[in-house]
Amino acid sequence: MSEKKKDELLHDHNHDGIDRRGFLKCMAWAGTGAFCVMKGGVLNSYSLSRMSEISTADMMGELSFVQISDSHMGFNKPANPDVVGTLKAAVDKVNGLSATPEFMLHTGDISHLSKPEEFDTVDQILKSAKPKDVFYVPGEHDVLNDDGKQFLERYGKGSKGGGWYSFDKKGVHFVGLVNVMNLKAGGLGTLGHEQLEWLEDDVKHLKHSTPIVVFAHIPLWSVYPEWGWGTEDSAQALAYLKKFGSVTVLNGHIHQTMQKVEGNVTFHTAASTAFPQPQPGKADSPGPMKVPAEQLRSVLGITDVNYVQGQHALAVVDSSLA
Amino acid sequence: MRRSVSIAGLAAALVLGIGVWGTGQKGSVTSAQEKLSTMEVKIDNFSFGPVALTVPVGTTVTWTNRDDIPHTVVSTDDPKTFKSKVLDTDEKFSFTFSKAGTYPYFCSIHPKMTGKVIVQ
Repeated sequence: MSEKKKDELLHDHNHDGIDRRGFLKCMAWAGTGAFCVMKGGVLNSYSLSRMSEISTADMMGELSFVQISDSHMGFNKPANPDVVGTLKAAVDKVNGLSATPEFMLHTGDISHLSKPEEFDTVDQILKSAKPKDVFYVPGEHDVLNDDGKQFLERYGKGSKGGGWYSFDKKGVHFVGLVNVMNLKAGGLGTLGHEQLEWLEDDVKHLKHSTPIVVFAHIPLWSVYPEWGWGTEDSAQALAYLKKFGSVTVLNGHIHQTMQKVEGNVTFHTAASTAFPQPQPGKADSPGPMKVPAEQLRSVLGITDVNYVQGQHALAVVDSSLA
Repeated sequence: MRRSVSIAGLAAALVLGIGVWGTGQKGSVTSAQEKLSTMEVKIDNFSFGPVALTVPVGTTVTWTNRDDIPHTVVSTDDPKTFKSKVLDTDEKFSFTFSKAGTYPYFCSIHPKMTGKVIVQ
């Protein structure tokens, strides 16, 4: 601690929680680009300006992957008239990472209006990314008009029910959940009984030490229910994951980065590659936020996630497209 | 006389915020009633306005999406009384209510958005 540098925070955590002040600082930095990693109950936060000083061993590990989200192909309003350009910039960012990610997760709203040509355009652009495998979950914009039929035909091979699935990579168990179907009037995102039962069964036989990564479009924590930014039955899903020492939940939907730590669960939302949305309650509605053109790429981004075996949690790094 | 009824009808329609294109020529009491049979709901800032709309039986309600984000207009009754396709910016959906009753609806993409049409 005596060698602590200006931009670095080290916080001791008791088993029952975390240092609120440090956590809030980490939250504040998450909006501008931060690197947070927890080792044995100690949360380390670094501002992205100091990333070059962090040893590569801390950043790279057994597994590295990238999350992109909310590409909204087909959107052409003033908040971003060139979503093709910004998605390409996101791919360039991915291709420029020091360690090539093994694969990508796309956490939904691939398209803006579920049009076949919108999906085609995204598929074409992502072909130029170094990681060849992309795992998708749908956003509400991907399942318009047809209850997700087209989405499942394109991306849902091998998935269950409404498109949920799991897979394992280098000892990490990944679970893709769908919470944008059968939404009820006045409600939030929904997982539904069938999916919850599947999840309970899917994780039942895993060792408690298995790191878990859950990804879904709408946040699985209550970010701002007034704007529908939450999932009705996420508590039940998280109850099935309680026994695991390390759970990382990655979401999109809200077009801004946000992080929250609750016990062994780290929740993280990724920036959009298309347009920003306002902070909770800071505007009349969650509609697209128009920022000066020269600032747009600073509020769009990608999320880089690294798993180092033996460490308590995965390291989640947001990078803007600027 | 014929002309003044027409102007009264036009004024009433304007007060109600209703377009009268193509109907101004008839100039009869009947046409004034026809004009009353169309009402509008605007979708702005992720909300329906007005949230509750009361109309007489036979009214056609037209929803217009004025947001930069697509929305839908879907009845919450089972079975659904009406269901729009996805409405992109400035797109419209109309439905004619032929029976009295209360018709709750929502945006199936943003379910926090709810409204109702009360038909009397």
